[in-house]
Amino acid sequence: MAKNTSTKNTAEWNYAASPESTSHIRLEKKYQLFINNEWVSPSSKKYFPSTNPASEEVLAEIAWANDVDVDKAVKAARKAYQEVWSKLSGAERGKYIYRIARMMQERAREFAVIESLDCGKPIRESRDVDVPLACNHFFYYAGWADKLEYAMPHKKPEALGVAGQIIPWNFPLLMAAWKIAPALAAGNTVVLKPAETTSLTALKLAEIIKDSGLPPGVVNIVTGYGDTGAAIVNHPDIDKIAFTGSTNVGKIIQRAIAGTHKKSTLELGGKSANIIFDDAPIDQAVEGIVNGIFFNQGHVCCAGSRLFVQENIAERVIHKLKSRMESLYVGDPLDKNTDIGAINSKEQLETIEKYIRIGKEEGAEIYQSQCAIPSKGYFCRPTLFTGVSQSHVIAQEEIFGPVLTIQTFRTVDEVIQKANNTPYGLAAGVWTDKGSRIFNLTTKLRAGVVWANTYNKFDPVSPFGGYKESGFGREGGVHGLGAYLK
Amino acid sequence: MIKTFDPNNMLSKITVDKVGVEERVARFQTRSIKNESKLQGLKMVLNMIDLTTLEGKDTPGKVQQMCYKAQHLHDVQPDLPTVAAVCVYPSMVSVARKALGNSSVKIASVSTAFPSGQSTREIKISDTKFAVDQGADEIDMVISRGKFLAGEYAFVFDEIAAIKEACGKARLKVILETGELSTLDNVRLASDIAIHAGADFIKTSTGKIQPAATMQVTYTMLMAIKDYYDKTGIMVGMKPAGGISTSKLALHNLVMVKEVLGNAWLTNEWFRFGASSLANDVLMQIMKSTTGLYQSSDYFSID
Repeated sequence: MAKNTSTKNTAEWNYAASPESTSHIRLEKKYQLFINNEWVSPSSKKYFPSTNPASEEVLAEIAWANDVDVDKAVKAARKAYQEVWSKLSGAERGKYIYRIARMMQERAREFAVIESLDCGKPIRESRDVDVPLACNHFFYYAGWADKLEYAMPHKKPEALGVAGQIIPWNFPLLMAAWKIAPALAAGNTVVLKPAETTSLTALKLAEIIKDSGLPPGVVNIVTGYGDTGAAIVNHPDIDKIAFTGSTNVGKIIQRAIAGTHKKSTLELGGKSANIIFDDAPIDQAVEGIVNGIFFNQGHVCCAGSRLFVQENIAERVIHKLKSRMESLYVGDPLDKNTDIGAINSKEQLETIEKYIRIGKEEGAEIYQSQCAIPSKGYFCRPTLFTGVSQSHVIAQEEIFGPVLTIQTFRTVDEVIQKANNTPYGLAAGVWTDKGSRIFNLTTKLRAGVVWANTYNKFDPVSPFGGYKESGFGREGGVHGLGAYLK
Repeated sequence: MIKTFDPNNMLSKITVDKVGVEERVARFQTRSIKNESKLQGLKMVLNMIDLTTLEGKDTPGKVQQMCYKAQHLHDVQPDLPTVAAVCVYPSMVSVARKALGNSSVKIASVSTAFPSGQSTREIKISDTKFAVDQGADEIDMVISRGKFLAGEYAFVFDEIAAIKEACGKARLKVILETGELSTLDNVRLASDIAIHAGADFIKTSTGKIQPAATMQVTYTMLMAIKDYYDKTGIMVGMKPAGGISTSKLALHNLVMVKEVLGNAWLTNEWFRFGASSLANDVLMQIMKSTTGLYQSSDYFSID
């Protein structure tokens, strides 16, 4: 007998909640400063909370280092440099760095979960991008430690000494890796300050550093706010300042170290152009736009925040982009299906909302995806503005959030001019089927990185850094090594 | 009325970047489908399967057995749907018609000198009419890949339009045989031609050529369907066929359809899997999610 149970699948098919487990992570209630491979309470006796931006709950209390603590850390680093680290062979240094890389890999899951908790970024990104890339930076630079003469031919490469490193909150563990790995490979010792909203993964990295048996004082981690960073910048016994963060703070640092012996590399803000020509693979370009501006909630210094679309395809591209935005999931950073997580802090959310208001006041047309966002925590819908011109504030200033401005252009010369018409020069994207056009643009765009038919691709082998007010010096690759050598 | 070819309006001239497509597809594959979504998804997959046997050695007995299985996938488990259709050669349509009786399971028949399509238009049309007369609800035709690769797009278009005419009320699935088209640019172009020529469904493969229904190819075809829908408001169905033999891959395909085209496409009216061994893997997963245990493949019938 025939059975007729064919279901009419008219019901919606949605993804059930799929949160990554937090049962395997270990977090202390209170974190001290990491100096000389020991956990030291701050002489300020002050602590500040680190909160989960998705739930506004406090994750841990973090020590607030003052200039006495920073001095202690710099002294430890100097002693370690003079007595141990500078005397080790490159091969021996490499072994320690490899060991740190492997131990990070073993604890990758814990790092990913803590990063998402502390930072608000979706677990998909911390698991598939931040943590693996951070490990790869250590692996990559471990390999250079005994080959410095090959990296710098016809020179006798020498370490600088003690490096003071100040990193931002958008890629906390990855930025720590970008800073620490090349410094150690080149033979320097380190005092690192993570951003005040995202100290946890750097402190977990400190645990690994301690467990790895790295000699005491080679890596010191001091937590705190801007005053802690200032104490590092102004400390007389530091040989090099490496900073990633805002252009404003970068300028302050440069003023502070002017006339001193300190070397520096600054990786600052950006307002990068993503340029779509009419012969581009349009659907992949739309993916590139999404990846360029909505990756990590747009908290990316090289975010493709200014979109330039050739006039004859603008309508189609914008239609496709809006439709794609509707399929992005905004919500719980720990859910494996979340595409866009929480904004890192209340202050940053206010900044983004301020710029959205400005955009509306300037008369640009706003479009935000219709998705529901959680009532608790700091969230922002993916946003785009059309009808934008070069003179709009939203097209000039770095918003550091999921906000895209769209302008159209007609000719190649016009778009090159407009793309370069900014004080920044960190990155750019070019989308076209024509190889010759790619090479023409890469030579004319004043940007440290130009991606062709892709966006936001990172690799330890590839140098990264800016033109103009986006900073100077390169990180990654052989170039990144040079920044830590005499 | 038979449609006529108008390259300016019918070919989107959209280029496809393979690297970008691979990245997009990888994103679908990281979606986590758990608990009730998984069970619901698996049942949807069963209901979208075109249970297929397309072999020279097919016999009426084999087809009868498959038709029974199509309606009784695993009777120990209640609330299972039937598959969407059985897919057979034209000579087996009458056998299937008799075996299925008044079941809601449809009969799909391949035609047009399947799988190579190397024959005359007259033969292809009569092949199609024969299958429809025998009781086929759906026709799975193949395009002339040789003509397509030679750039004779009008020929390919006219042939599809003529077969569509011959189908009458039967729904037409157009097989692009993407494994022979070599680039995603070609897959996109062939999709545009088939859709404009009147395809109710576009389908990746015959199952006789590798690679068959890769997610990259299916994604490219889904984008063609989406663009056509955005332009005209007309829905076209999609059928990946060949190579989808696991539940996981099938669920990834559902994710892709949902995120590219939306929930409206997630019924067997608009999405099908052409497969023979997929059903049992899905059944095994469904039993696992209800009993908590994986059962031996011996517990699942292989008609």
